[in-house]
Amino acid sequence: MIDTCDQIFVLLQHWLVSFLPAAWQTAAGVLLSVAAIVCLFPALFALTTVFERKGLARIQNRLGPNRVGPFGFFQPIADGIKSLTKEDIVPLSADAAVHFLAPVLLVVTVFMGFAVLPMGRNMVLVDLDAGLLFYFAMGASSELAVFMAGWSSRNKYSLLGAMRAVAQMISYEVPLLLSSVVVVMITGSLSLTKIVEAQNHYTWGLPHWYIFTPWGFAGFLMYAIATTAETNRSPFDLPEGESELVAGYHTEYSGFKFALFFLGEYVAMFSISGLGTTLFLGGWSAPFSFLTWVPSWIWFFSKLMLSIFVFIWMRGTLPRLRQDQLMNFAWKFVLPMCLLNLMVAGLWRFMGDGWLRWVVCSAILLLAYVGLGLGEMRRQRLGPRSYRYAE
Amino acid sequence: MSIVFYILAALTVAGGLAAMLLRNTVHCALALTVAFAGLALLFLNLDAQFAGFAQILVYIGAVAILVVFAILLTRGSETPKEGVYSRSWLAGLAIAAAVFAVLGWAVLQSARVLPHETAVPAVTVQQIGVALVGRYVLPLEIVAVLLTSALIGAVIIAIHEKVGHEKEEHK
Amino acid sequence: MLGEGIIKGMVETAKNFFGSYFSAERLTTVEYPEQRIAPYEAARVFPFLVFDSKNHAGGTDWESGLRCVACQICEKECPPKCIFIEKSKDKKPDALGRLQFYPARFDIDISVCMSCQICVEVCPFEAIKMDTEFELSTEDRFGGLLLDRKQLAKSNQYYHQIHPAEATGVDAKLAAEKIKAHAKVKITDEAKTAAIAGAGA
Repeated sequence: MIDTCDQIFVLLQHWLVSFLPAAWQTAAGVLLSVAAIVCLFPALFALTTVFERKGLARIQNRLGPNRVGPFGFFQPIADGIKSLTKEDIVPLSADAAVHFLAPVLLVVTVFMGFAVLPMGRNMVLVDLDAGLLFYFAMGASSELAVFMAGWSSRNKYSLLGAMRAVAQMISYEVPLLLSSVVVVMITGSLSLTKIVEAQNHYTWGLPHWYIFTPWGFAGFLMYAIATTAETNRSPFDLPEGESELVAGYHTEYSGFKFALFFLGEYVAMFSISGLGTTLFLGGWSAPFSFLTWVPSWIWFFSKLMLSIFVFIWMRGTLPRLRQDQLMNFAWKFVLPMCLLNLMVAGLWRFMGDGWLRWVVCSAILLLAYVGLGLGEMRRQRLGPRSYRYAE
Repeated sequence: MSIVFYILAALTVAGGLAAMLLRNTVHCALALTVAFAGLALLFLNLDAQFAGFAQILVYIGAVAILVVFAILLTRGSETPKEGVYSRSWLAGLAIAAAVFAVLGWAVLQSARVLPHETAVPAVTVQQIGVALVGRYVLPLEIVAVLLTSALIGAVIIAIHEKVGHEKEEHK
Repeated sequence: MLGEGIIKGMVETAKNFFGSYFSAERLTTVEYPEQRIAPYEAARVFPFLVFDSKNHAGGTDWESGLRCVACQICEKECPPKCIFIEKSKDKKPDALGRLQFYPARFDIDISVCMSCQICVEVCPFEAIKMDTEFELSTEDRFGGLLLDRKQLAKSNQYYHQIHPAEATGVDAKLAAEKIKAHAKVKITDEAKTAAIAGAGA
């Protein structure tokens, strides 16, 4: 019974596919899973937009949208109808082909990332040996779409926004990859299913999630910072800051194409949170050994939504970082911490089991954190102000 | 030589041709990206997972962006009225034909050099990793030194520009 | 230490989030248009003309009770010149019994009015005061935003409702003026009767 609940989607897929002749069964099964992903995550996106608006509103001492539907939960339907019925304006001097292709490329690459995420026991679309590498390859391709959008609009603000966005995404890609490489090092495989299975063991009821180890905790923090920057999310949303750049690289998009950019950004958030859950939070494994009766996909999606709530919380709390502050942070703090984390993980692995490795690794990471924080991130000592007047 | 190979080969060749024949420079860069993608798919077709995904990650994710940034920062958006042809195109054609001949000969001779390869060798990422730090550690380190020197060179150029700017402003 | 500020900030916003469900002072917004905040004593939007319901002219309607005597001081003092006044040809008695002109046309263009209250400050007759009505949107962009004297005329009771302290002060001032005017009339009458008596004597 518990197993049926756990594997209900897999069994459903097998049952539906059994109606077809044997030659078509694998293709039909894959198509069915793809259709499920393409229907589920945009629905989750719609729900997240309401949660975000209401969550941000409550943080800011106001009610969110509450007119459409019970407590405003049908608001995304109204928003969807609005964006579908708006006129699709393409600027006269814009590059029409590239302008059209940019949101398409973004949405395609973002959805491809879901192919390797294990959303439950036996619930991976494609079990690749180099799954993590595939995910990062797709993530890197989405940066090109951002650039295409900004350049094809023939608009100073769009181009500036696109340059800033791409610079930010490239500089935070290095910490993203390095913090994931630690997990790969310890697990010994790039396959995401194997990473989850390595975390699915329990000692005294507590799980072996990587976040509960010193290097995993540091890696998770770096990963969280890098994902916030990769998806252009507050406090790293300078490329689309409304008060600075109108709307950044999607200024010239209206109607459904804008909705596609919005969708692409949120779905990228989902997939990268899903990856973080898989790498550090144990994927579909339950937090305590007495809770394994709850279906695995419920755990995966709860952890995913928890990450989304933390994103929304951060958005409501922190002010935006300036471009140079962003870059300083990436190259002077996050990157050294990631490299140190790699070495600490190696130390962890070769010190053998026991309490000593916990103490040593935690001590090294804490010292590095405090040291780098005091050293690199102190306020700039500004000299006396100098004025230049127009001649 | 399956149908998939022909489609991917056509895609790659079309991307390469478009990269050469289109007038707008950024369009050329994007067509080059299509050629890279075709190449990556060819790798995947041969079951070389690591090579295919690394091709996407490195070429499309970094090199293509580098190319478009370079175009933007140096040229601006003027599209030339007619195509840009160089005057020494005959010499270029001869060199390209020579290189193609050498590569073609090497590829066609590979069937003779490795006659016992029947099945696709399963190369896992772990084997690649072991080979990199075992047998090929010297090339790895040399490439690392090369990349580091390129990075330092870029930083030096940028610092000189900044210092040059400041000196000009103070005057 | 690095990250301390972030933690403190996130604790504060979490308190805001959970507190907004429980305590009323955290959630300070009002669901307009079902709930409205009452306007303050000194709130002002656009001017209106005050009329007295009980007046010397004998009628109770707005036209006869308008305090405005078309002196055109507000029209001249208005910075964006949004008041348009036309004096009447005849006169009618005002609250103190004297014969005064009245405005045959008194238009305010509220698309131009900047709510500076100068017209209120310079009016010697307490005839024009600031209203608090702001839901004035209309589909007619030009005619709908030009309020004529019928739309601008509102009663003294209404004035008491929107600005109670101010209206009480104005009423007291007008009553005091009335008493002074009566006293002056009495003195003048007495002086006249004394002069006649003196001349007669």
